[in-house]
Amino acid sequence: MTVLTQQPDRPPSGRPSSPDGKRRRRPDDTRTALFFIAPAALGLAVFLAWPLIRGIWLSFTNYNLLTDPEFIGLANYRRLIADPIFWDSMLTTVWYVVLNIGIQTAAALTIALLMYRLTQSTLLRGLVLTPYLVSNVVAGLVWVWILDTQFGVGNQILGWLGIDPIGFFTDSAWAIPTIALVNVWRHMGYTALLIFAGLQTLPASVYEAARLDGSGEIRTFFSVTMPLLRPIMALVLIMTVIGSFQVFDTVAVTTNGGPANATNVLQLYIYDLAFDRFQFGYASAMSVGLLIVLGIITVIQYRMTRADSSDLA
Amino acid sequence: MTTTNTSSASVPSGPASSAPGDSSPATPRKRTRRLKPGRILAWVVMVVILLITLLPFYWILRTALSTNPSLLSNPASLTPPEFTTGAFQRVLGMQSTEDALAEGGSGSALNFWRYLLNSVMVATLVTVCQVLFSAMAAYAFSRLRWRGRDKVFALFLAGLMVPTVFTLLPNFVLIQQLGLIDTVLGIALPTMFMTPFAVFFLRQFFLGIPMEIEEAARLDGSSRIGTFFRVILPMAGAPIATLSILTYMTAWNDYFWPLMVSYTDSSRVLTVALGVFRAQSPQSGTDWAGLMAASLIAALPMFLLFLAFARRIVNSIGFSGIK
Repeated sequence: MTVLTQQPDRPPSGRPSSPDGKRRRRPDDTRTALFFIAPAALGLAVFLAWPLIRGIWLSFTNYNLLTDPEFIGLANYRRLIADPIFWDSMLTTVWYVVLNIGIQTAAALTIALLMYRLTQSTLLRGLVLTPYLVSNVVAGLVWVWILDTQFGVGNQILGWLGIDPIGFFTDSAWAIPTIALVNVWRHMGYTALLIFAGLQTLPASVYEAARLDGSGEIRTFFSVTMPLLRPIMALVLIMTVIGSFQVFDTVAVTTNGGPANATNVLQLYIYDLAFDRFQFGYASAMSVGLLIVLGIITVIQYRMTRADSSDLA
Repeated sequence: MTTTNTSSASVPSGPASSAPGDSSPATPRKRTRRLKPGRILAWVVMVVILLITLLPFYWILRTALSTNPSLLSNPASLTPPEFTTGAFQRVLGMQSTEDALAEGGSGSALNFWRYLLNSVMVATLVTVCQVLFSAMAAYAFSRLRWRGRDKVFALFLAGLMVPTVFTLLPNFVLIQQLGLIDTVLGIALPTMFMTPFAVFFLRQFFLGIPMEIEEAARLDGSSRIGTFFRVILPMAGAPIATLSILTYMTAWNDYFWPLMVSYTDSSRVLTVALGVFRAQSPQSGTDWAGLMAASLIAALPMFLLFLAFARRIVNSIGFSGIK
């Protein structure tokens, strides 16, 4: 991100050393800095850097949690490429991401624009954010109950409209779209507030000019707001897509991969391999695969949306 | 999980953030005189969105205040079909087995207080340590001069790029080797020391505190460490509070990592307990009233936090540094 540019430090020579016996300031705080940095550096090294290296190393082994890992070269990766369940799982995940991000971005953009044009109310923004306060687990459970085939109020309402009950979580065609929508419900308010914050950074003068030129609401949106909002939308998309690919909680609580692997998203498959079948090495290889996919997607998105260049600059 | 990590929070600099609110009243007043149909439509859409957002919460409450048999015979009743607070009592272990069975709950007790305690311990441990250690590191990165500072900071920033899920499997192996599986400490440990986001977030604020204030404290004979605790931390109270709330919420709502590490009631947190409760109940006879009551109690602390700090949380969402 571009936030890091300012460096308010002055050169150490700026202050003349005081001759009247006061303690002179040392130009170098290395020892103090070591004290301040130690716990965080330990955390970074032990729980982030080391696991990253170890995860990659384990992907080249046959580790099973019980015996020592043994180097087996690229065997896990060869197996990965030939694993139909992996590709099926990848497809399921991509389908989920497309639905989730597509609907969520449209909904969030709508909410953000409505709030921007209608009201600055903090209460409204707070209300929109409420689903984000509950855990994925609670969100999943509520919707399993609301959309229960027999006793859920959702299917009762469909019944009044003359529609046959839908097995939202039990029908293999419906399960992924339903889970995608549950997560849209939980995250759209949060995403909307991100976009809303971006909208507030747009200069009012541009809108004034558009209005003076007789531009209507819709015209202004497409030829002023959207182009100016592009860098912000790009960042929002990169963030939400990466989060979306890592979906696990909601699936684990609602369908646990079923019916018949219809919701077997990547993280669920990885978890299943590691903790139900103890194939830690293979699960690690799959994690590396996901890491690479996420990296590629980020780069592509960044290029496509030109997130680094703003039309306001 | 990662969503809070990546949300950069805005610097609550008074004039900048309140400016759009101040300038707007002039224009809308002119518009509201003649209500355009477009504006009415916009409000209708907004209300529909709010209903979709909020009605599920009402449904949790309505379900939690009912008995299970009545829920199944009146699935669409807007109010609790047979009002009772039994589900809450059942969840909190204050209902007799006969009453529980009569209301459609299972006879087995849910160790709810234990899960609640575990959740509180994990979230508190993570929040207090992570915020303190991250603040210390942020101070070293923003205020101290030392060799290799920028290189080390670049390493921390690189940490932002690593998706959390990737570190879960290797961290599990590590926690297992440390013998901390199925302990509260084992759940808290990986996020207790820092997150790159927290360090980055606080550094931005520390950079904004005038040097003179710190230099004055130093001239009065205060040590670096003393200055940090007595001058810098109190001055950064607002961002530290915001970060603490966000960290607490993330730790409280986390599911994947605790699911990996905890196996028994001794370390099980609320999110995992809810998942287990749901998974273990039979397809036909799920205790929905109990499950919804438990969900509500599990979410309650977050609602209370939000009620107390809504403005702060809402305003913390945004991109400060992005033009």
